[in-house]
Amino acid sequence: MACEVWIGGGGVICGIGDNLPACIEAFRNMATGAATMEYLSSAHRGTYPVVEVRADNATLAARAGMPAHISRTALLSRIAAQEAWDSTGLGEIRNYRVGFVSANTVGGMDKTEEFFADYLKDPQSGQLSQVVNHECGSITELVADSLGIRHHVTTISTACSSGANALMYGARLIRNNMVDVVIAGGTDALTRFTLNGFNTLMILDQESSRPFDDTRKGLNLGEGAGYVVLVKDTLKELIRTPWCKLSGFANANDAYHQTASSPEGIGNYLAMKGALEMSGLKPEEIDYINLHGTGTQNNDSSEGLAIERLFAPHYPPVSSTKSFTGHTLGASGGIEAVFSALAVREGYLYPNANFGTRMKEVPFTPVTAFSEGNKVHHVMSNSFGFGGNCSSLIFSIG
Amino acid sequence: MSIYIQGTGCVSPLETAAEGLFPAVVNPAYDGARLKVSDPDYKQWIDIKQIRRMSRIIKMGVAAAKLSLQEAGVEKPDAIITGTAYGCLDDTGVFLTKMINQQEEMLTPTSFIQSTHNTVAGQIALMLSCHAYNNTFVHKGFSFESALLDSIMILKEGKSKHILMGGMDELTTHSFNIISRFNRFKKEPITHTELLHSTTPGTIAGEGAACFVLGTEKGDNSYARLTGLTTSYKPGSTAEIAADIIAFLAVHEITQEDIDLLITGRNGDSEEDVWYEHVESTLFPGQAVGCFKHLCGEYPTASSFGMWVGCKVLSSGQVPATVLFKGKTREKIKKVLIYNHYKGTHHSLILLTGC
Repeated sequence: MACEVWIGGGGVICGIGDNLPACIEAFRNMATGAATMEYLSSAHRGTYPVVEVRADNATLAARAGMPAHISRTALLSRIAAQEAWDSTGLGEIRNYRVGFVSANTVGGMDKTEEFFADYLKDPQSGQLSQVVNHECGSITELVADSLGIRHHVTTISTACSSGANALMYGARLIRNNMVDVVIAGGTDALTRFTLNGFNTLMILDQESSRPFDDTRKGLNLGEGAGYVVLVKDTLKELIRTPWCKLSGFANANDAYHQTASSPEGIGNYLAMKGALEMSGLKPEEIDYINLHGTGTQNNDSSEGLAIERLFAPHYPPVSSTKSFTGHTLGASGGIEAVFSALAVREGYLYPNANFGTRMKEVPFTPVTAFSEGNKVHHVMSNSFGFGGNCSSLIFSIG
Repeated sequence: MSIYIQGTGCVSPLETAAEGLFPAVVNPAYDGARLKVSDPDYKQWIDIKQIRRMSRIIKMGVAAAKLSLQEAGVEKPDAIITGTAYGCLDDTGVFLTKMINQQEEMLTPTSFIQSTHNTVAGQIALMLSCHAYNNTFVHKGFSFESALLDSIMILKEGKSKHILMGGMDELTTHSFNIISRFNRFKKEPITHTELLHSTTPGTIAGEGAACFVLGTEKGDNSYARLTGLTTSYKPGSTAEIAADIIAFLAVHEITQEDIDLLITGRNGDSEEDVWYEHVESTLFPGQAVGCFKHLCGEYPTASSFGMWVGCKVLSSGQVPATVLFKGKTREKIKKVLIYNHYKGTHHSLILLTGC
């Protein structure tokens, strides 16, 4: 490739921490996030635990410097994007050609739900200010405008793999010299729409989720936002501490079913294989895999079998950080990209919480304790989703 | 490296799906300020059992995709990339309505499953058993343009031969009602021959799907190359966009004189058309200008229909009378520039060259 793409920084807000250091503390202390819902209003409050960001919209708005009436998805996005930018030490955004590539799955749905309840009673009622930012792209633009980003702004939505695809597109923008820096990742707030949707699929666990455990029953929904800052190599010198390189990525389609993964995880396999090919690495060179690991029967089995096919007999340490953060949908690829990139810089291995029994289908088990100072030179991050969308990213030491 | 348009497919308010040509008879049926697609017989491309479950955006997207692949003679593309600002609005509305009316109880999964924005791209992959790269952009008036840019960047990497890409959006009763409340559409009755000359604010609501197979080699049915693409987010003034156009043409080593047909996204909204008027009269005075939104209505991915019209002009060598808005067409049409903006905030330039 003509130009290397560096990770210059990152930021996260999710149910286990308001910022990246707080999230790392939660991993260190095995403090998982699933709890009774407090901020989302739903008929299923007592049934399904969720992993909420522990702040109301007014508090988030004050932190984001944005109005409190806009979608929570935009507030979360702004907070994580700002942390990501600040961590780079690049200074003023306007001094660079900056792109903002953000992913989300349901845009301003949290507000649309409120609007729609009134609108269904009378098509002339409902406050238009609640529906004006319904579109996924509106969320991205609210944040881009408040950050002062104009050079390139776009939004990706490929269900649960959205955030990872934002990094791929962002890397291509840099390689094609369209921009010098890209803030790339994703955001999603909890909504009743998604909670009820996943409930119809019968894949929500009524307890804290147990990814890659034989007794797993489903996922916990979470919310949050996560962004890395992608930087072209000629700007690397200006970065406070470059974290690592984005050395490989690939996107493949499972082409099996609109929501379910193929039993053997063909899309997962092709995405991981493609990412390895781009990075020029052999499977045994991967030091850690941040799994998609939702905790559903179907995902973990398909993902596990795809890993077996590609990595056997050299299984790297693996874990699903969704056992802490819940499944944050469009944000998950961004959040987990930040964790994965930081793992390379710090030698972290993240724990998989709630693990007890190895899955029958696969010969490996996830890491269950946090550790640091490990030799972590290459990390793979997996994101798979509805529509058969499968993506893998590889972060490598510089 | 050149990028060729190897096949096109379009489902629109006109009979564009029938022969793949620009239709001889043009009579888009305005229903007040609303313009719906003319549904082709979807059984040609989709199993009848599946048709019943599919919302219109999935059907039109799949049909446009299959038409473009057929014209290109491609069975499985090396990537599938879609742009849709609103996504699957109909299924979203169905699930949302039931969720509210039934107080979150007794819901069924179908409409939720089909509500995700990547449903069309996923369905196409499923129908083609295509494991290739698959992506969906959902960024308002840049949804189609982002998909186009992603396609260009991937083709430049040299590993992909054919990319299926397209733009699609559907209009639903809910979306029409809600957007109407923002005073976005004409209040007075109007026809497609009058729309572009309107002096009042507001436009006509539209929808459609247009797909393209792009590749680095000239196909049997290639009539155009995609020569350039650029976007501008929230330009400060008409002067800024005019400067952007001159700079864009300069990058491609041409000037305004070289443009045989300028296609603009005029939509009959007196406030929004100011941008086009400025560009037409200051940069391209006396030159031929074509328009398309009186035929497809306004929607965030309408530029995909504009690009389809540009392709048809280049393949036939003629500008259909209903498309020509002003000026006189040149005998030979080689270069077509499409300038579109959405709500004055999302501006794009697409340059096509006949081949």
